[in-house]
Amino acid sequence: MTQPKSKGARLRPIHLLLLLPFIAMLWVGFYNRAEPSIAGIPFFYWFQLLWIPVGALLLWPVYRVEDRDNGGRP
Amino acid sequence: MNVVALSVFVLLFGFVTVLGFVAARWRRGDLTQLTEWGLGGRRFGTVVTWFLLGGDLYTAYTFVAVPALMFGAGATGFFAVPYTILVYPILFLCYPRLWSVAHAKGHVTAADFVRGRFGNRTLALAIALTGIVATMPYIALQLVGMEVVIAALGVQGEWALFVAFGILAAYTYTSGLRAPAMIAVVKDVLIYVTVIAAVIIIPAQLGGYAHIFASVGADKLLLAPATHTNWGAESAYATLALGSALALFLYPHAMTGILSSSSRHVIRRNSVVLPAYSFALGLIALLGFMAIAAGVKDNPAFANGFKDYGNNFAVPALFLQSFPSWFVGVAFAAIAVGALVPAAIMSIATANLFTRNIYREYLAPDCEPARESQVAKIASLVVKVGALFFIVALPQSYAIQLQLLGGIWIIQTLPAVLIGLYTRWLNPWALLIGWGVGIASGTAMAASLNFAKSIYAVTIFGVTIPSYAALSSLILNLIVSVVLSAIFNALSQTREDATLAEDYL
Repeated sequence: MTQPKSKGARLRPIHLLLLLPFIAMLWVGFYNRAEPSIAGIPFFYWFQLLWIPVGALLLWPVYRVEDRDNGGRP
Repeated sequence: MNVVALSVFVLLFGFVTVLGFVAARWRRGDLTQLTEWGLGGRRFGTVVTWFLLGGDLYTAYTFVAVPALMFGAGATGFFAVPYTILVYPILFLCYPRLWSVAHAKGHVTAADFVRGRFGNRTLALAIALTGIVATMPYIALQLVGMEVVIAALGVQGEWALFVAFGILAAYTYTSGLRAPAMIAVVKDVLIYVTVIAAVIIIPAQLGGYAHIFASVGADKLLLAPATHTNWGAESAYATLALGSALALFLYPHAMTGILSSSSRHVIRRNSVVLPAYSFALGLIALLGFMAIAAGVKDNPAFANGFKDYGNNFAVPALFLQSFPSWFVGVAFAAIAVGALVPAAIMSIATANLFTRNIYREYLAPDCEPARESQVAKIASLVVKVGALFFIVALPQSYAIQLQLLGGIWIIQTLPAVLIGLYTRWLNPWALLIGWGVGIASGTAMAASLNFAKSIYAVTIFGVTIPSYAALSSLILNLIVSVVLSAIFNALSQTREDATLAEDYL
């Protein structure tokens, strides 16, 4: 590979945050259960629904760090 | 016939039609250029792209089929939630690079990028054909969503479907991508209103969420747990979510949504804000359980609907049973308009592929830009007529089976498109052979299941791991692509890469 590495192409430690949704969602055995339920909603359902906003919130710091490191220009 | 619901439905549909034609004048551009007609001039900002991609990816078929799966098969249907959670880290990380290189080199399709990156027109043709073939049945399925609600309104015959599709074809032809972009705003407002009303009103009628979940049978409430020798439904669930997430943005209609945005930041921001739709989808999935709790299947008024449309009738039946007539009209319009937006974008995306990667590449290499745009407009009509024929002339199960195969096929473009964004080490001929192996093995797995399912049991070291065929065949594809690249690269080092490292930033 002769392509020059530049800042925008580089993966940073903060990008590891993006692995969390994969671990949480692909480990099905962890959340394939009814208890603890919340207001009658089984764990299986509320846990996955909860991960929708959590997944989005995890992107936010990554977004900020990418912008900061590149002076607003990735 | 439900006159009040039908009137509201027709009124909203008429409004959307007017909007579709007016869209031609919105952010006016020269519609005789393909980037204007087929990509809206690459001018859509964060908000428009949010509506456009939301309308594009969360389709009417999804809104009907996901709760139908929950209704019929239970917890498995909820895989749509982890699927849409995993989509966004991938979108955030990879696709801004694609936007940048497409912007720098004037690419309109994924196959354009592959052509530029690997300098191999045969590989580009394979990518383009995969996109076209995978999308056609998807368009047909949007019609299924529309057909179900039209039937639920009590309108007999297929003429209404023809009228709706004729209107769609006309404004897509005149306005291009601007039409679905504008209509998507209305669609999304209708969908959100419907979902919010549904998740408040229906549980209140049914005695709360606890009661809804309590009325779902134990076999449907959770997945069958994995054992030491068989991972069963759990590995099926995980691989379905991951495979679908990897495949989604390889679809031409998703690509069109990405490339029409005005900057790479629009894509990055949308990765953060698009999950709002996933939340709506998660709630919509639960409508399947509400339909169980409401006992719609035992209501004699819906017997014919279930006979004709199977479990896809569950959500329309639930709305008819729970909502006042006028709001049934709103909810059904949401589903029907929800079919128009993706159908329009899908037909535009396949038209772009045909025009750029087959017509201009093979049939008329020196065609004028205006001619290119004209060909794309006509191709978009042909694609829609094809989809209509599909639904009217062939059994509905064909479209469903082909769409299932479409997911297996489109994911085989991942090595060339996604890995190609990061490295040109892979050899184009190796990629082509890997693509062929992936398509053949994936299709064979589906064929062994009579094209009825896509979960194929793989046995490794005595452990049975039921997996989504798209993912298993993609792994074969990757192995072949990498091994053959190592061999081919050792034999010859020539490369024709028209892109530069800085194009990706």
